[in-house]
Amino acid sequence: MQDLEQDILAQVQDALQGQQALAIQGNNTKTFYGNPCQAQPLQISGHNGILHYEPAELVMTARAGTPLKTIKECLQEHGQMLGFEPPGFGDEATLGGTIACNLSGPRRPYAGAARDFVLGCRIINGHGQVMRFGGEVMKNVAGYDVSRLMAGAMGTLGVLLDISIRVIPRPQQEFTIRKEVDSTKALQAIARWSQKPMPISAACHDGDQLYFRLSGNELALKTAHNKMGGEPLDNDAQLWERLREQSHAFFDGNKPLWRLSVPANTPMLALDGKTFLDWGGAQRWLVSDIGADRIRKMIDKVGGHATLYRNGPQDIEAFQPLPAAMLQVQQRLKQSFDPQRLFNPGRLYKDL
Amino acid sequence: MQNSTDKKPLIQKLSRILDADSILHEQEDLRPYECDGLSAYRKLPLLVVLPSTVEQVQAIVRLCHARQIPVIARGAGTGLSGGALPREDAVVLSLAKLNHIIDIDQEQRQATVQPGVRNLAISEAVAPFGLYYAPDPSSQIACTIGGNVAENSGGVHCLKYGLTVHNISRLKIVTIDGELLTIGSHALDSPGYDLLALMTGSEGMLGIIVEITVKLLPIPERAQVIMAAFDDVEQAGNAVGHIIAEGIIPAGLEMMDNPAIRAAEDFVHAGYPTDAAAILLCELDGTNEEVSEQVMHVRALLKNSHASTIKTAENEEERQKLWKGRKAAFPAVGRIAPDYYCMDGTIPRSKLAWVLKRIAELSAEYQLAVANVFHAGDGNLHPLILYDANKAGELEQTEALGGKILELCIEAGGTITGEHGVGIEKIDQMCIQFDANELQQFHAIKNAFDPIGLLNPGKAVPTLHRCAEFGAMHVHNGQLAHPELERF
Ligand SMILES: Cc1cc2nc3c(=O)[nH]c(=O)nc-3n(C[C@H](O)[C@H](O)[C@H](O)COP(=O)(O)OP(=O)(O)OC[C@H]3O[C@@H](n4cnc5c(N)ncnc54)[C@H](O)[C@@H]3O)c2cc1C
Repeated sequence: MQDLEQDILAQVQDALQGQQALAIQGNNTKTFYGNPCQAQPLQISGHNGILHYEPAELVMTARAGTPLKTIKECLQEHGQMLGFEPPGFGDEATLGGTIACNLSGPRRPYAGAARDFVLGCRIINGHGQVMRFGGEVMKNVAGYDVSRLMAGAMGTLGVLLDISIRVIPRPQQEFTIRKEVDSTKALQAIARWSQKPMPISAACHDGDQLYFRLSGNELALKTAHNKMGGEPLDNDAQLWERLREQSHAFFDGNKPLWRLSVPANTPMLALDGKTFLDWGGAQRWLVSDIGADRIRKMIDKVGGHATLYRNGPQDIEAFQPLPAAMLQVQQRLKQSFDPQRLFNPGRLYKDL
Repeated sequence: MQNSTDKKPLIQKLSRILDADSILHEQEDLRPYECDGLSAYRKLPLLVVLPSTVEQVQAIVRLCHARQIPVIARGAGTGLSGGALPREDAVVLSLAKLNHIIDIDQEQRQATVQPGVRNLAISEAVAPFGLYYAPDPSSQIACTIGGNVAENSGGVHCLKYGLTVHNISRLKIVTIDGELLTIGSHALDSPGYDLLALMTGSEGMLGIIVEITVKLLPIPERAQVIMAAFDDVEQAGNAVGHIIAEGIIPAGLEMMDNPAIRAAEDFVHAGYPTDAAAILLCELDGTNEEVSEQVMHVRALLKNSHASTIKTAENEEERQKLWKGRKAAFPAVGRIAPDYYCMDGTIPRSKLAWVLKRIAELSAEYQLAVANVFHAGDGNLHPLILYDANKAGELEQTEALGGKILELCIEAGGTITGEHGVGIEKIDQMCIQFDANELQQFHAIKNAFDPIGLLNPGKAVPTLHRCAEFGAMHVHNGQLAHPELERF
């Protein structure tokens, strides 16, 4: 637990004067994510600690460098958790990095994404000013929603100092049912059950089997199981953890890994390679050697976007290129926070 | 700057875009648009236009852009912060005629609608599929979904199901240069900055929202409501904390204080105990099994929290009746006083008792009665100040008391607005909640979308100049020095 705010601020101000770009770093568990960024490192991980946690208010505020692990353990003690079930991609993952990347796990379609849980933050913008937006209350519409904007900005709009997030109670029980069906049938089953008030908290398909995770009280889960059928899966927490952390065998090897974000009911796409469906079909992992252009064209047609997640050539944009008009708006927005392109230049898009 | 003498050429240009019925310029036709739900502020606009297609919206915005005429978007005009308040030199762009449901995608659980569609009309249209749109502002029969997005509106059910920002996935907006921009997607996220979050709650300052895709939820198997009465407000506040700390997230958790209870009971006979200091309404929804268990659990918690009466609705009719009192609370208060002024601060729930006590003290000091209606689950407080606009000086006193209450919310660690927006009403309190750098950052964001400041100018974010003036005036008992002057 230490407060390095003044130190970080001084480094930002020096960089501003020396016109030296900064690469914001937590514990480097997500260096692979996004475009590479060559700049002077700005270490945040030392700036850590939980500042405020009020279980009955469902709110926690922590410094950006606080390890996710610390946060999860603290919440667990009070029967609560992070609703967006974030992947860490390593034990040392920090809250700041997680929010900056807007990373969410299998619970995402049913509980919300990281951005949905952000209530407030303090940042340093590209003028070297410390600013606070949002707060620790659930409802707050004073001023533009800058704190949510930070989620997914990959640090390109400012340095996150501390973040307030909404937390949720842990479900009483969870278990997973499994059915052997092909992916097309799996998507149909997910669509069917998602229209009903069922206690579903995750749905994935590994190529052979469809899995539904159910969360709630014992009786509710029993009733849901009776309605939905399928075999209970032993040791099911492991499946969701491996999927979330990409330690599942599917992710082995060093071929390019793509994340396809598409409308959930998009039919299976004719793309060579192997696919794992998560988020009830809305997030699809693709391991494939196909060219980026072909993948992106096809995904664009179905109204989605493709991220080159791991093992790709460095010269390709990690995130799906934006239409010209949209890129322009985003550039202007970047400029409004960081006109000198001080923070993480190029990490989100080469032109940002 | 325009004035009424050069309306004619503008009307002529507009009539190439719209039919004559869709351009209002006579005083009597403009009158209905002179204010929104905050009727204390009124101003006639230059013109009102009512486009029926997105192309028309684009053409109107292009025309106004070229002539540097401010554009103020308007949905149903139910806003409570003066967000849609006109200006003499501005065109009011009503989205009321863009009121079609474009598509309902049952499988994906989403609906794509035009901005003028009423909030409740969405849930009604998708009910046959067993689905509904969760955010339910009390104004839902009248307010538009476009207005909801512009204000990031909440409702009774947002503790469990989130605000507007959590329940939309794609927007189409017309930018100030008349371009159509798609923000978000029908997938669960989109690349680049989260403009969907930025647009939500932007009060018509960044673009005109012309299409919205909302997320739909399956109608829960069962919903049950419990009413509990308390002899002490603090006990009621603590009960809320106890329920949530036990891991229960009610679908709705509302609180009313004694003046609000009495007004509501007089009006709709919901069956509230009129001698209680406060009542809680706790709605639980979910699967049958879950609701059964939670009802028992919550009843026990309420008992342990010293509730004097606990009543569970026996059937749907009783449930509706219990809610009716809460939903009619504003009009009910409207019956006991000639006018009322609705505030909208959010506070950390743990500060509730302290804040209510301070409000009571301020109420005595200003000699104006206050009834409190409270989205207790998420700390969003609606103090209703009762006053009489016909009594000289009483509106000014009311506004001064309102300002004090907002400052109290900031002091308690909360915010000046939970769901009604800043508009023109709370613009001075923005100077207290945010410092100069933060306000400058807001202006910089606005500038990225609308460099000449034509979209709803003068709302939501105060100029530093205005704050400086407000700060100076602040010393004089919070009374505005020359209220007739516009402040920029
Ligand atoms: C009795 C009553 C109860 C209420 N209860 C609640 C409640 O429970 N929760 C809550 O959150 N609010 C509540 N409100 C406030 C109000 O209903 C909401 O703010 C609502 O979202 C406003 O919608 P509208 O269509 O009337 O918008 P308007 O009042 O017409 O406009 C509101 C703002 O949005 C902008 N705007 C409107 N449409 C667009 C568009 N298409 N594109 C860009 N900008 C646009 C306007 O410029 C303005 O700044 C209540 C109001 C009343 C009168």
